[in-house]
Amino acid sequence: MSIRLSLLAILDQGPCYAYQLRVEFDRRTGSTWPVNVGQIYTTIERLERDGFIERTGAEDHEQVHYRITPEGHVEVQHWLGSPVVRSGAARDELAIKLAIAVTLPGVDIAAIIQTQRASTLRTLQDLTRTKRTTNNPESSEDMAWLLVVDSLIFAAEAEIRWLDHSEARLERAAVQGVAKPVPLSDEPIRRGRPAKAVKL
Amino acid sequence: MNGEDLLRLDGVSMQYGTGETAVTALSGIDLTVGRGELVAVMGASGSGKSTLLTVAGGLTQPTSGEVIVEGEWLSTLAPKRLAALRRRSLGFIFQDFNLIPSLTALENVSLPLELDGVSSRRAHRPALDALQVVGLGDRADRYPADLSGGQQQRVAIARAVVGGRSLILADEPTGALDSTTGESVLRMLRERIDAGAGGILVTHDARHAAWADRIVFLKDGRVLEDAPRMPLSDLLGETIR
Repeated sequence: MSIRLSLLAILDQGPCYAYQLRVEFDRRTGSTWPVNVGQIYTTIERLERDGFIERTGAEDHEQVHYRITPEGHVEVQHWLGSPVVRSGAARDELAIKLAIAVTLPGVDIAAIIQTQRASTLRTLQDLTRTKRTTNNPESSEDMAWLLVVDSLIFAAEAEIRWLDHSEARLERAAVQGVAKPVPLSDEPIRRGRPAKAVKL
Repeated sequence: MNGEDLLRLDGVSMQYGTGETAVTALSGIDLTVGRGELVAVMGASGSGKSTLLTVAGGLTQPTSGEVIVEGEWLSTLAPKRLAALRRRSLGFIFQDFNLIPSLTALENVSLPLELDGVSSRRAHRPALDALQVVGLGDRADRYPADLSGGQQQRVAIARAVVGGRSLILADEPTGALDSTTGESVLRMLRERIDAGAGGILVTHDARHAAWADRIVFLKDGRVLEDAPRMPLSDLLGETIR
């Protein structure tokens, strides 16, 4: 998640000092991702170093105010206009766990799937309970918060659907006799690049 | 049995056919639903979800086991009394709403009361109250065809709870609705439950099941243990130990 660009987008609305940025960030994301002041200071330093923000010179109760530079504004526009490309999908911990578990002899894969599904469902229930407390979002802050909660809800749902799908696929494979454990290979191992790599 | 239980299934099994061709739809199901409690039932197609709902609602007699609704053992009731109990205590909600097209929203909601012998004039008051609760007081004289899918399902919810009926059995109630409308229907259902009803929500959609207090998984007619927490050695079996 880009805290750096989120803070820059907030600064694009007008000058802010560090603590104010933290409050604005929390307000706009429903405090779903709490950011500590230390992170804010570090981020500000980097933004200043990169020339995306500068000090205004105004000091209020010894708070240093920052404003966005034209380069910073361009950076925000670029961020808003570009899709978020999720990296590392192939390294999803759960996908790897299932992939490995399928190859191990004597492992009850259905139990692993059910344990995960029940756990993710509990998370989904917690998120839904949280969401129920907001009846009719009246403010844009509530709306922002709901967007964040919804994104977590849909991600959890997607995981459960994937688990359902995997379960059905493995059951079919078992019936067809194609889901067999993979014993350790006794073929000599050649060093070098792996034969297949998934590029994302 | 807990005095607060609205519904209890005790070792309920359901088998269709006999001998080698027999199909077991439910196998030894134990389940309770209390007041203020919504229980979601999930499972793949053919796992027994809908059978469980028809058995819980007294529409089908189980092959073995007991279904107890508000303290009444359904197996002991004569058909007439069973039908009366269904009208008095149970409300069904279906995926395709099942409203009668030639009746207005108000008449649809009044119907269960009228079937129970309440005069049409006297039935209209509680029916209108139920429609107001689901936010459709001003649509009482509309016919189902003049209402959106979400509104029709809200009429169905009103019909399910009218006259103080307290056990709601919902079979994929959001299946025919878009995501946002489905959510508002669930919110409405949840409010009725929180107001003191109880219910079973059959769904294959995890996002909708998450509105429930408890989630039960069915597989091949059996309830899967909730999050089996097995020690790793059990998971790995004999081979690795």
